Amino acid sequence: MTFSALKQPWILALSLVSLLGLSACTQPPANDLLTISGPFEPISLDLAKAGYIYSRMQIVETLVDVADNGELIPGLAQSWQSNADATVWQFTLKPKVKFHNGAPVTPAAVINSLRIAMGKPAPFDTGLIQSASELNDHQVQFTLTRPYRAFAAVLTNYTTAILAPESYDKRRRITQLIGTGPYQLTAFDPPHSVSVTRFNDYHGQVAKIVNATYITGHRAESRALMVQGGSADIVYNLDPAAVQLLQHSQQVTVNSTAIPRSILIKLNAGLPALSSTSVRQALSLAIDRRGIAEGIMHLPGSEANQIFGPAMGIWHVKDLPTIEQNLTQAEALLAQAGWHKDANGQLMKDGQPLQLSMVTYANRPELIVIATAIQAQWAKLGIALEVQMENASAIPLGHVEGTLQTALMARNFANIPDPLTVLLADFSSKQGGEWGPMNWQDAPFFSALQTTADSQGAAYQQGVQQLSRHLAEELPMIPVLYYVQQSAVAARVHGFSFDPYERSFRISQMELR
Amino acid sequence: MKQILIKRLLQLIMMMWSVGTITFILSRLLPGDMAYRIAAGRYGDDAVSAAAASAVRQELGLNDPLWQQYSHWLWQLMQLDLGDSLVSGNSIIAELQHQLGYTLILAVAAIFLSALIAVPWGLACGFRANRTLDRVSLVVSTLLRSQPVFCLGLLMILLFALTLNWFPVAGYQQPAHLFLPALTLALSLAALSSRVIRNSTAKVINSDFYLFAKVKGLSEWHSFKRHGIRNIALPVVAFMAMQLVGLIEGVIMVESLFAWPGIGHGLSHAVFSRDIPMLQGTALTCGALFVIINTLVDSLCYLLDPRSRRA
Repeated sequence: MTFSALKQPWILALSLVSLLGLSACTQPPANDLLTISGPFEPISLDLAKAGYIYSRMQIVETLVDVADNGELIPGLAQSWQSNADATVWQFTLKPKVKFHNGAPVTPAAVINSLRIAMGKPAPFDTGLIQSASELNDHQVQFTLTRPYRAFAAVLTNYTTAILAPESYDKRRRITQLIGTGPYQLTAFDPPHSVSVTRFNDYHGQVAKIVNATYITGHRAESRALMVQGGSADIVYNLDPAAVQLLQHSQQVTVNSTAIPRSILIKLNAGLPALSSTSVRQALSLAIDRRGIAEGIMHLPGSEANQIFGPAMGIWHVKDLPTIEQNLTQAEALLAQAGWHKDANGQLMKDGQPLQLSMVTYANRPELIVIATAIQAQWAKLGIALEVQMENASAIPLGHVEGTLQTALMARNFANIPDPLTVLLADFSSKQGGEWGPMNWQDAPFFSALQTTADSQGAAYQQGVQQLSRHLAEELPMIPVLYYVQQSAVAARVHGFSFDPYERSFRISQMELR
Repeated sequence: MKQILIKRLLQLIMMMWSVGTITFILSRLLPGDMAYRIAAGRYGDDAVSAAAASAVRQELGLNDPLWQQYSHWLWQLMQLDLGDSLVSGNSIIAELQHQLGYTLILAVAAIFLSALIAVPWGLACGFRANRTLDRVSLVVSTLLRSQPVFCLGLLMILLFALTLNWFPVAGYQQPAHLFLPALTLALSLAALSSRVIRNSTAKVINSDFYLFAKVKGLSEWHSFKRHGIRNIALPVVAFMAMQLVGLIEGVIMVESLFAWPGIGHGLSHAVFSRDIPMLQGTALTCGALFVIINTLVDSLCYLLDPRSRRA
């Protein structure tokens, strides 16, 4: 043998790589499997922790559902009613609904499921239900600890989804996910994937697509490339760069839907500087929302002029003007509140400079970019803003400890689709809310809120609009942008629609062709 | 050999205790409130609140004295029980088995592919040291190595998945999903290991004993087989083993880009959400792997090099 045999490893390597290449050539996607990817991690079967994924994969359902316009519609309950002061609620269950194990959905199963759900943390007051009872074989009655008109809206939250009693172990932990949705769980690989198959005994329209898999794709770039390369059929939560990339693709359609989530600045109105409405208005006027919407988010038109966006029904006031950046007016408002620039351009009052800190968090990468843009925009007024990148928990912690000055956050209003619950929880006292205002004192508003909560019909609608207008004027929180959720869908998927309340991926309405 | 193994076993025990203890202390020195961090990890950003944090604090006994929490952990460790994740509630051992399994598959595939690339590349350069091929190779190695692995991965996706359509972009449920992340890591590793092989080869073939082998009449192939391979292999085996250890700890960007489950991702999330048992379990496992791989390398070098057996 000669030394030229050394060339053999090259040949070997090339052969192996070619062999792997040939054997692994991407197969066309299966006709009966829809693959979805998003950044959400199914860390546990527990609905309190990852229930939103099982709700979106249509494994579990709640008593009450939400239409695209935020209106409450029947879920597992076909109707509901309350007494005059909204302390006693009756829900009538849909007939012939089965769990995935074939057992019927009974009032006892509903009470058991909700009792366990109310023992865990949730984005609403879990001490709301005083008692629950079975009225007959299809009706459940709840007695609340206090009058609560938005109780039906609470029962749309994913943590209150109804599971079969067999789903729980003796310690009330969820060990199997036996729901009622059009799909049933077949494989759970935390925190990376959830696979489902069609439930043929579903009480509504049986799904057309047989199987679906959700894969966690941590990076927006990866998800965009996955849908472009055929590794996924639908990808959610795309960033502006990924959207630009996909807009030129022939095989993929980009969907943009406004969702009930707003980017807001939380302010500590207990600070002497921020207790003044004029200062808060000046801060709002100094923000170049159009620049942020176009330059950072690439979403012209997403500028916010009030807390509740256009997806929030009657809570959005349509005739409020757009807030344009106006530094002259902002400076005048600051001067009215006693703040003047010194020789160095620093805003001063009584010898004290206007220095603020702004907490924001990394899980939504756009927030830090927006925060630094606001830092530069407020600097033009002479305000020194220090931006602090933290974990999201720093905001409620700072609120409770009273140390927070300002925070930039993405407030989700879809958790409970009735903003009244948000206002009652966060805007009805000086204490405020961990994700709401802080130390904001406005007795007329607190009183008007209670009056509206107790009213009905046209009076309620009128009250709601007045409340929204008041918030837009007083600015206990400064609105910056409305969220638009961007998704990409492969050409073979038909019947795609985006649920603005992000409760369902709506797989059962889709077809693969 | 027996001595090596006993020494390494003692090292392993000391390492487990010290890594676990240091992780315990460091994680408590980190700024921020643990209960809030865990609540954010468990229930998501939208649902983290004082009530959720308070429930977490009570459930996990975070108000217990530190010495009590530490003794509880040490007692569990002595029973080889790493506890449950504070975020998901799943057993740490089960989570590690899952994540480590995928990381090991990726790391071993990457090392195998890097060997396939680096060995012939390094040998060819070693035999033609300081000639055109070697110089071009140095430039290519430098370019590959200076690329962040994330960029290299994107290039692999653009070429093999989107242009040629040979491999899927990302995922982990089919064997084909392994190739692109493994190749990305392999190229980055081979850029360096090919230079180590090149140097080792050049040193061996220019040595007196190699010249003597050829002078005494052995063919080029026989000289290489009898006197080259083992001598070249010694530093290369040690270097590639260290690369493997580095891979297990450092594949986070590749795992994240290719949606590949793994310990790097698990570790980073454990840090963000203060999942201390997960953090300790991951650190312990990485430390243990370091000792185990070192032991395997020592044993392999012991077998490759007859001089160490005579000593």
